[in-house]
Amino acid sequence: MKLKDIAIKGGTVIDPSQKINGKRDILISGGVIKTVAKDIDAAKTDVIDASGKLVMPGLIDMHVHLREPGGEEAETIMSGCEAAARGGFTAICAMPNTSPPTDDAGRIRYIIEKAENAKARVYPVGAITRGREGSELVEMREMVDAGAVGFSDDGCSVANAAVMLNAMRYADMIGKPVIAHEEDPDLDYRGQMNEGVLSAELGLKGMPGIAEDTFVMRDIAIAEYTRTAIHITHISTKETVQIIRAAKARGVRVTCDVTPHHFALTEELVATFDTRYKMNPPLRAASDVAAIIEGLSDGTIDVIATDHAPHYIEKKELEFIYAAFGVTGLETALGVAQFELVDTKKLSWSDIVRTMSQTPAKILGVDGGTLKEGAAADVTVYDPKSPWTVDSKKMKSKSTNTAFFGRTLPGQVTATVVGGMVYINDME
Amino acid sequence: MDLEIKHLFGLKGVSATDITSILDTAVSFREVLERPIRIVPTLKGVAVLNLFYEDSTRTRISFELAERRLNAEVVSFAKSSSSVSKGESLRDTARNIEAMKIDLIVVRHSSPGTPQFLAAHTKCKIINAGDGAHEHPTQALLDMMTIRQHFGKLSGLKVLIVGDILHSRVARSEIWGLQTMGAQVDVCGPSSLIPLEMGSFGVNVHYDFDNIISDYDVIYMLRIQKERQVSGIMSSTREYTSMFGLTKERMNRMKDTAVIMHPGPINRGIELDYEAADSDKSLILEQVTNGEAVRMAALFLLSGRSEE
Repeated sequence: MKLKDIAIKGGTVIDPSQKINGKRDILISGGVIKTVAKDIDAAKTDVIDASGKLVMPGLIDMHVHLREPGGEEAETIMSGCEAAARGGFTAICAMPNTSPPTDDAGRIRYIIEKAENAKARVYPVGAITRGREGSELVEMREMVDAGAVGFSDDGCSVANAAVMLNAMRYADMIGKPVIAHEEDPDLDYRGQMNEGVLSAELGLKGMPGIAEDTFVMRDIAIAEYTRTAIHITHISTKETVQIIRAAKARGVRVTCDVTPHHFALTEELVATFDTRYKMNPPLRAASDVAAIIEGLSDGTIDVIATDHAPHYIEKKELEFIYAAFGVTGLETALGVAQFELVDTKKLSWSDIVRTMSQTPAKILGVDGGTLKEGAAADVTVYDPKSPWTVDSKKMKSKSTNTAFFGRTLPGQVTATVVGGMVYINDME
Repeated sequence: MDLEIKHLFGLKGVSATDITSILDTAVSFREVLERPIRIVPTLKGVAVLNLFYEDSTRTRISFELAERRLNAEVVSFAKSSSSVSKGESLRDTARNIEAMKIDLIVVRHSSPGTPQFLAAHTKCKIINAGDGAHEHPTQALLDMMTIRQHFGKLSGLKVLIVGDILHSRVARSEIWGLQTMGAQVDVCGPSSLIPLEMGSFGVNVHYDFDNIISDYDVIYMLRIQKERQVSGIMSSTREYTSMFGLTKERMNRMKDTAVIMHPGPINRGIELDYEAADSDKSLILEQVTNGEAVRMAALFLLSGRSEE
């Protein structure tokens, strides 16, 4: 099927890779960006009217749980990509804590095959250790050759420092990032929420910030000592921000990402006992959120990634201590980012594109993050003046566990383009 | 008489007015318990479900007796394991309860927030009989009734809670209830069993039981669980007893007018010596009787029958 020529006209193009932030039209031909210029003649093409809207390189989410294979009642690769498209993501990373986990080349290929007709590109992330059991390294070379873009035992950390050190050296040789979930399993054992005054009041076992900080420190020390790189995912404490800032200043090859719920929400919400506020890392204090926003602003935090964690309702709508950890995030990310970061003037739209498209592409070593002529036509069209209220029953994700239920977000994605294929959203 | 609260989730944020209403009502039900026929038709036609997900014979019996003495229709469900691994989810249980036209649920569960969960998923009135380490309001209410009965007041008294504060729903409800009524509450126990942020509760934290025991009007002893030793959070019950047990020697250092209380069941010889448990200073059996009265009061006031 030959892809049609498409023109995206009248929008404000935000592309920091070309230092563009202004009115431009984009002409797409053969699935590739052909021209970016003012007032393109679109007489012979299909037109996406982007007037009043923002046009960005397609967003890339470095941290998504697609639950396939093994957890299809919560989400599938196809439904997850529907949610991704609605949220403006043209590419997502599929985290490997599936059943069975993605720990060999065959399973990498399985995901790629299943994602063939999906509405977003799916980049599989492999596990670091076989079975995610924390002791034997996976066959990274073969998995990367099959399409893996990075490695993570996410869901937990690699508890054994020697294994982590070897994994980081090995992955560095292969040239793909280790994406680290930082958490001391013993300090967080059976923990339910952030440890502090509120956990003491609610009688819920706390998860102290130091459970994250100590493992962040550990892996940065390893990166520094072995001269390798580390990407730390879903950071949540002010101490982590400080530690990473200082490490970067010393020249350590560390990057990190943060979720929208960690720059928008605080632990007070847990006092309602609503399990849509239960996730790992947990919601923390206002001072942590402030430090995270500061970290996004000064570049300490490189990427915004959702940690989209869908769960079947029977696993969430339970007594608090039995409810699964995690919230969805693909469909609300950009609206929350606009509300919390852009409309408050903490970050610019260029910063948003940098953290949600340009830098993820760079860290993963994949194409994307740019609207340069010749680049693959992955584009996000976003209307920042289109308020909508998050209704968990109307989401594209199979799961309803969003922490932003009932909130009004200021903008919606009107369309995404993936390699020249256009997906138009039904607007609220 | 109408309470401000619609459910009895806990004592945090409950007004002194409501607490006083419950205690005063409990006093009149206490009188019923002294009669030859200890039954009143107050809750006739009201269906009460005792939903106990945690092992608790004593509290369940106490509630069942209170409910039957009020002539309510009573049904009990006791489960010693989590609903998740075996059988029906709590959400489905809640739906079924509603379909069976239950008016009031008394719930005990190991997860904080379970009473709130049931309130969100049913139209029933909820009484929390203990939700994890969070709250146990009827215990604190019966304790306040006992203290008030003995001293004639609550305001201005000094209460010391001794033991595993970290895991204690009783401690939390006591602190909030007693503070609302003007008493001063302090805590004493091994530091690893006291929340790091205890100071924010407005209590003083002590580790030297011997030094401070004579300062208090009420010495409230909590039960210590042997399992804590295995999990690495406490050294040993032996050392616990030597530092924090209410021994005969420590009892003799108490103020003459001071009393000993315990929510039960007692680990005799661990947190409480035989002599202490059975002494004149002990109000433990009074607590149990008052427990009946307070639970009758709570059921009556929450059932909506109090306006008739």
